[in-house]
Amino acid sequence: MAIFLFFLLAALSLAAVAGMIFSRHQAYNALLLAVSFTALGGIFALLDAPFIAAVQIIIYAGAIMVLFIFVIMMINLREPMPPLKKKWVYGLGAILIMVILVELFLVLRSIPGKNFAATAALGSVRSLGQMLFTRYLYPFEITSILIVAAIVGSLYLARRKEKD
Amino acid sequence: MPPVAFFILSCLLFSLGGLAFIIKRDLITQFMAIEIMLNAANLALIAAAKFSGTLDAQIIVFFVITVAAAEAAVGLAIILLIYRQKKNIRSEEVNLLKG
Repeated sequence: MAIFLFFLLAALSLAAVAGMIFSRHQAYNALLLAVSFTALGGIFALLDAPFIAAVQIIIYAGAIMVLFIFVIMMINLREPMPPLKKKWVYGLGAILIMVILVELFLVLRSIPGKNFAATAALGSVRSLGQMLFTRYLYPFEITSILIVAAIVGSLYLARRKEKD
Repeated sequence: MPPVAFFILSCLLFSLGGLAFIIKRDLITQFMAIEIMLNAANLALIAAAKFSGTLDAQIIVFFVITVAAAEAAVGLAIILLIYRQKKNIRSEEVNLLKG
């Protein structure tokens, strides 16, 4: 069952990203991105990380997608993007990505084990929260400063000038 | 389920995201490609957490998601600014620093 679910979700997320490469409408791309994020959330749940899976779906497939949709709505491009004029960019991109893929697979060969460590309830909210508020307390608090800075920065950047 | 399957999926997702970033020419889709690459890294980290039986990698994923949200807010504001100045969002036309 887990294997079936894994292949289903993996195929779904890969297909969504591949569709993003071929589609030229930003709104379709945002939809495909949401599909991919949700499928990845399912895979996170398969990997004993229920809290991260929930956060993935709430923040990525929820909040960040709403941001994207809002910006697409505000920009309101009438026609899709024209196809790329410089065709050599496709070839260059394919070659670069093949090199990266080969490198990643070479690194993967050095992973020793064949099985996961057998631990019960690894990513429960309780253990995650305990760690977050003891060992990782300072990074956690610094994150709040980061978010405040992001809010202030985006408000400042996106404001309308008084003259307009 | 062998752990390598999850790492392979992560590699494929990262590469597809990188490909989308290189061959796309509108800023919003390129931004989405960056999010996909971040997500691929998250997948590798969570697989590593399960692989090692410790929780530290999941905490890192938590922080990565937070930083990605902050980055999305600021980045989309910048894209809006570019649109107001140039009336389109093609990354080829953002070339003021090009010699």
